[in-house]
Amino acid sequence: MPKKFKVNLNPKWCKSCGICVEFCPKRVFEFSKDGKVRVVREGDCIGCKNCELRCPDYAVEVWEEEA
Amino acid sequence: MVNIKNYLRLNKLPHIWCPGCGNGTVVRALITAIDKLGFKKDEIVVFTGIGCSARTNAILDFNTIQTTHGRTLAFATGFKLMRPEMKVIVITGDGDGAAIGGNHLIHAARRNVDITTILINNSIYGMTGGQYSPLSPQGAYATTAPYGNIEPPFDICELVKAAGATFVGRGTVYHIHLTIDLITKALSHKGFSFVEVISQCPVGYGRRNNMRSPYEMLLWQKEHAIMVKQADKYSKEDLKDKFLIGELWVNHERTEFMDSYNALVKRLSEGMKGGEV
Repeated sequence: MPKKFKVNLNPKWCKSCGICVEFCPKRVFEFSKDGKVRVVREGDCIGCKNCELRCPDYAVEVWEEEA
Repeated sequence: MVNIKNYLRLNKLPHIWCPGCGNGTVVRALITAIDKLGFKKDEIVVFTGIGCSARTNAILDFNTIQTTHGRTLAFATGFKLMRPEMKVIVITGDGDGAAIGGNHLIHAARRNVDITTILINNSIYGMTGGQYSPLSPQGAYATTAPYGNIEPPFDICELVKAAGATFVGRGTVYHIHLTIDLITKALSHKGFSFVEVISQCPVGYGRRNNMRSPYEMLLWQKEHAIMVKQADKYSKEDLKDKFLIGELWVNHERTEFMDSYNALVKRLSEGMKGGEV
């Protein structure tokens, strides 16, 4: 059973710089039409935490979902 | 992974830095290192000066003191003498630390006073409008160098090492794990420890220098950084526009400033007892 991860994006702190969008190996994030970053493929997340570690605004949190 | 929110003043978030600014990531690296070493929040005091780097102490939930431009290390040295049991951390920028405060930096290194200095190098004066700094690369564009910077930059790590610092390292925002490791080592080191973190300023520096997004600036860091242990595999020509990262210098032989000071106090007080000074 592969691990499942939750990805939370805090819209109040996110400045849509796009670092998470570019660094995510599974394209979990996307820019929406209004230029804001959104979580679109949470189920694909592999938990590498590239986004959380490099987010300059502490807006992204990734944690493993309890089975 | 550390819960970073335990160490932040949440009412100061979102912080004031521009989208994609590396300062927030450097703060995360510092917090991760502090958490790893198990310091209590009250044991730590963070000094900053003026500039974008100085805003780090607005969001860090430690004892924080914001000082005048470039004089951070002078304040911090005084504080360390009065309260040697505290862990003193100085966060400065390339303008604050290498230009205005350049003299304080070399003398703090010369004294080998037990302070950890983190210099966030974003190659530009961000807050005041994008003027070039002594660490801006030659040829880079800035508001005060519209035809390209003609001055060669300092290698600030070499400078601080030559001045007498006993731990010197360089990381980047891209190499975040290395940066966390270097800050951890610097905090555990007794003596003047110095970590330069190459950071990105997409608004003040990147958009004038063909790197429009924070991502492009992080890729620049990835492509131009060479681990110091791998450096001898490259020719001089290859290393021309690159910079070395990693643990650049450690010296355990020099006496720390407080130790010299305490030895002096001891010598004099023993002399007094014997009736001579």
